[in-house]
Amino acid sequence: MASLDVEGLSVSYGAVHALSDVSFSAQEGEVTAVLGANGAGKTTLLRTITGLVRSRAGTVTYGTEHLEKMSVEQIVRHGVSHVPEGRAVIDEMTVEENLRLGALWRFKGAARTAVMDEIYALFPPLAERRKQHASTLSGGERQMLSIGRALVARPKVLLLDEPSLGLAPIVTARLMAVLRDLTVDSKLIVVLVEQNARSALSIAQQAVVINLGKVVVCEDAATVAGDSDLRHYYLGY
Amino acid sequence: MQFFLNITLGGIANGMIVAAVALGLVLIFRATNIVNFAQGAMAMITTYVAYAILHQGVDYWVALICALAVGLLFGSVVQFVLIRPIQNKSPLNAIILTFGFLIFLEGVAGAIWGSTTRTYPAPFSEFGQKLGTTQIAFSPFDVYILVSVLALMGIMLVLFRATNLGLRMRAVAFAPEAARLLGVRVQPLLTLGWALAAAAGVLAALLVVPTSSLTPNFMDVILIYGFTAAVVGGLDSPVGALVGGLITGLSLAWVGGYLGGSLEPMAALALVIVSLMIRPEGLFARPAARRV
Repeated sequence: MASLDVEGLSVSYGAVHALSDVSFSAQEGEVTAVLGANGAGKTTLLRTITGLVRSRAGTVTYGTEHLEKMSVEQIVRHGVSHVPEGRAVIDEMTVEENLRLGALWRFKGAARTAVMDEIYALFPPLAERRKQHASTLSGGERQMLSIGRALVARPKVLLLDEPSLGLAPIVTARLMAVLRDLTVDSKLIVVLVEQNARSALSIAQQAVVINLGKVVVCEDAATVAGDSDLRHYYLGY
Repeated sequence: MQFFLNITLGGIANGMIVAAVALGLVLIFRATNIVNFAQGAMAMITTYVAYAILHQGVDYWVALICALAVGLLFGSVVQFVLIRPIQNKSPLNAIILTFGFLIFLEGVAGAIWGSTTRTYPAPFSEFGQKLGTTQIAFSPFDVYILVSVLALMGIMLVLFRATNLGLRMRAVAFAPEAARLLGVRVQPLLTLGWALAAAAGVLAALLVVPTSSLTPNFMDVILIYGFTAAVVGGLDSPVGALVGGLITGLSLAWVGGYLGGSLEPMAALALVIVSLMIRPEGLFARPAARRV
């Protein structure tokens, strides 16, 4: 069974240490929630795993492959999909073009149509709007498109940055349910960065709490959810 | 009335050439956020190459195709060698670099070919036609200008709208980081963008050169008008390049026709100022980034 292993990862922006000595291991078929306050380094962690930010020290391995030396394009081709913060769908393109773009490097012709249809089945609102420009979508639909565009390449590792940000609670709940099922059914390794700790913990098996760039807790999600002091101190609920 | 019609037709033909120059600028700006001041000079060098090929006794059309190929190659090499190293640096680096490259290329052309003016032929007659008994100023060459620039625009449109390559190029232009995260290899597309832009510049140069003459700085003025058109239409919009080119061409023709040709460059500057005052992002620029 392959896992995504982050070992001793350190990142600096100039003199500022964004991450110091971060280690954890995310397993197949599980959601690993990465929690923490604003500015804790959660987004930096995901951006470092996909190669958008270079680490100063440490390793990121998926199976036997060392990702920390690879370019973004290579990391994507090793099955890592990153859904960035802020639902970065391309407004100037239609829903279908956004999806097709995600599938281009991996699938051709009929296979591409098939994987795109799977995404439409997973997120029916997208199917109704496939010819519309992404700029016309609602917040929830944009998030569906953003996640669908990452899933369409059939990744093995899915990194999600604040998918619940700005969404209505009911939309968040539905999205989390879809994610939980996907993780189990497709044996995905999911790393879920969230400010909304409660909803992330509801679907996660493991929780990594980051504070000021350091891992302060790395435990079973259930343990973290049950520890009221910890929740209160770091997660604010 | 007939005078108005004639200068208007001339303005349309000129506007199409300006549109081709603007298209080259837009292609590069969209893909790399760089304003390429060397656009005209690169096309000028390529025109000298085309001139040399033509004087081997080959046909006009063969020389045209060779020139476009040389343009594509030249654009790629420039992106690969000069632009890549400064890509993630401050935009000022790119401005200084492309401007310096413009001066360098004009110097090199002067050193090799001298400042003697050469004539480059047109593929069709440049003289106006008689329609019944009235003389109109629209020559077969003007028709060719119109058709060839529209064909170029059409090819670009099909490329961007209907092919997967175009989909990738648009993704890189609009959202480079999202494109990389979706597995798009950005660098080759940037090189291709520069190549296409250079080819558009070469087409414009070969349309200008028969009515001016081949000297090291024959593209300077048309490049300024190209900038005008790109600012009017929006620096990141290919459609804006076409419309901006027509607006620029017509304005210059009317000012030149009624107020005197020496006022044309000033009219271009006035157009830029008015456009920046009323609609600084350009007529067809994409809406400003929105955060939800």
